[in-house]
Amino acid sequence: MAFPGDPRSDAKVTRYAHALDGDADGERERLAAHVARVHEGEPRVGFPAVLGEDHPAEIRAALADALDADVFEVPMGPPSLPGIRLEYAYRDALGEAGVHVVRRPVVDYETDGDGRLTAAVVERNGQHVPHYADSFVLATGGLVGKGLDSDRGGVREPVFDCHVPHPADRYDWFVDDVYGEQPYPRFGVVVDDDLRPRDADGRIEFENLRAAGSVVGGHDFAAECSGTGVSLATGDAAGTAAGSDTQ
Amino acid sequence: MSDAESPSDEFEPIDVFEDEETPDLRPGADSCYKCSTCDTNCPVAEVDDDFPGPKFQGPEQWRLKRKEDTSVDSSISKCSNCMRCDSACPSDVPLSQMHNTARAEYVDEELSKTSLTYWRNRILANYRTSAFLASKMPRIANFAMNFGPARWAMEKTLGVTSERDFPAFATETFREWWEREGGADGSRERAREARERRGEDVDAEKKVAYFHGCYANYNTPEVGKAMVRVFEHFGYELVVPEQRCSGTPMFANGMLEDAERHAKVNVSSMGDLVTQGYDAIASCTSCSMALRQEYPELFDIDGIEDLAENTWEALEYLRVQEDLSGELSAAVVEDEDLAELAYHAPCHARNQGLDGQALELFEDLAGVDAEDVGDSCSGISGTYGWKEEKYETSMKIGEEMFDHMEEAEGEVGMTECPTCAMQMEHGTGYEIKHPLEVVESALI
Repeated sequence: MAFPGDPRSDAKVTRYAHALDGDADGERERLAAHVARVHEGEPRVGFPAVLGEDHPAEIRAALADALDADVFEVPMGPPSLPGIRLEYAYRDALGEAGVHVVRRPVVDYETDGDGRLTAAVVERNGQHVPHYADSFVLATGGLVGKGLDSDRGGVREPVFDCHVPHPADRYDWFVDDVYGEQPYPRFGVVVDDDLRPRDADGRIEFENLRAAGSVVGGHDFAAECSGTGVSLATGDAAGTAAGSDTQ
Repeated sequence: MSDAESPSDEFEPIDVFEDEETPDLRPGADSCYKCSTCDTNCPVAEVDDDFPGPKFQGPEQWRLKRKEDTSVDSSISKCSNCMRCDSACPSDVPLSQMHNTARAEYVDEELSKTSLTYWRNRILANYRTSAFLASKMPRIANFAMNFGPARWAMEKTLGVTSERDFPAFATETFREWWEREGGADGSRERAREARERRGEDVDAEKKVAYFHGCYANYNTPEVGKAMVRVFEHFGYELVVPEQRCSGTPMFANGMLEDAERHAKVNVSSMGDLVTQGYDAIASCTSCSMALRQEYPELFDIDGIEDLAENTWEALEYLRVQEDLSGELSAAVVEDEDLAELAYHAPCHARNQGLDGQALELFEDLAGVDAEDVGDSCSGISGTYGWKEEKYETSMKIGEEMFDHMEEAEGEVGMTECPTCAMQMEHGTGYEIKHPLEVVESALI
């Protein structure tokens, strides 16, 4: 099915989204008309996830109205528009809460020498700038997101060097059956009930450090389809605990 | 990564690099897992469907080029070098480094050295030379550069858009003013007095070398003066060493040889001072970007890493070294021109993690209300928006920023980047200030 306005065949998802956002040439109505030709009264109509970056609710409502059916989006591979919307929503919520954001990697940390973190050291094109806080949450992602680093020698959590249990022999990190019970996706830091990472002896790594999301081990998000659930649950719990610590 | 280490002594990695001076881009190309986040963050791709985007310009083109008889695609000259792809990439692919090297190769091998485009780009890239000449007779230059028939001819022959007004050249350059104020000796005295007034050790080693860049010298000396006054207020003595262009417009035009010639002068004079314990401070975020990131990525000059590691943006430095926020929250700005400021974060500031800095600093400053105009690119990208064939793209990219500026209270803008300031003024007619000027107004 052709998209109104005939964009290039390799157009970016944002191109479709912005055309529907702007609706300058009646793209919403025209798209609905294209679909209406093959729509035979099905109660639900699914679209690729390109239904707008800034006004997705409006676009979905306009299409649903024109087709007299429920409209939903089918998530696609990256770059994911629902992901971009989520990022914007997050950014706006942070802004409203008065939170300042620095988007540079944390490369080091400072402690009080007594088991508490005092600062995360942020790298800025060569500069190392400490950012001080009462409480910290490690949410750097897993093996793909680079919150976990690995080489032939082992697997590490590179920011705070938290303990990541894994077999010493790297041939035990995987099994030959590709879709079998793979050990490596479950690699990650080990947390207690308060989401504080534990070292190899089961002791708390830092009193005021918590972990959330894919950096936490013990789940295989791809096989279990559990990524969002784990991220939301641990993010909420770690954020709440970190916040109450600073009150 | 140890995956790249040789598993046995017999293993010989394929030698794909022509010489030791060519940057090794293979690890970067291999790190790309094709998520295309760079493409959705590229302001040029957003408005130009025919631009293949940073992922192609970087890792994909690099891989294609491994085959013989493959030349760099001409679309590389559509990249504006805003470097947004660098910070968008979740996998640390050095995209702008790949673009800079590909663009240099394109200019070197594909662009005729007798073509007008080559010379137009070379003249634009060597802005310092034109500015230097103009500063010798600023009033005549200001008239001549915006003289209608001359600008018509420049557009027709060279392809420099006649839509924009040339920035005015100052009748006294920053360096002329600096000499008049007594240069380094004068600064040492004023800094000592400030340290005494502040109750600090009068012999404290508070020394910085100021990289003013071309624009603060020839066009906006008020920014350089604000820098000097603010740093001296905090007890720092300044020196203003010999310097050339940071290279930013040269990277963006694929003129790496010109850039390296200038970089050598800067690394030598600034680097010597760094060795003596000075920190290098820039007031222009593209200059600090060049010294910190592009220099070590592109050139192999003695002392270049040392300089990169000791270069700071002006307010970033004061925030870390001094209680800048504290002093600002106790101050009041009485200048009504600064009451409402529409702030645009330059892309190059964003890449250094400085995009929130000015707004955070001025949050508790009485008499100033600074409002963010969104995270879009201004679209000018230095010399890019001055090219006749790029002007429309440049203005399309800027549209979002112009709209947000119009929506914001007040009619004065603020940004750290001189060319973003040009674009902001061009699109809205607002007067544009540098954050250092606001700090000066608050503290001095």
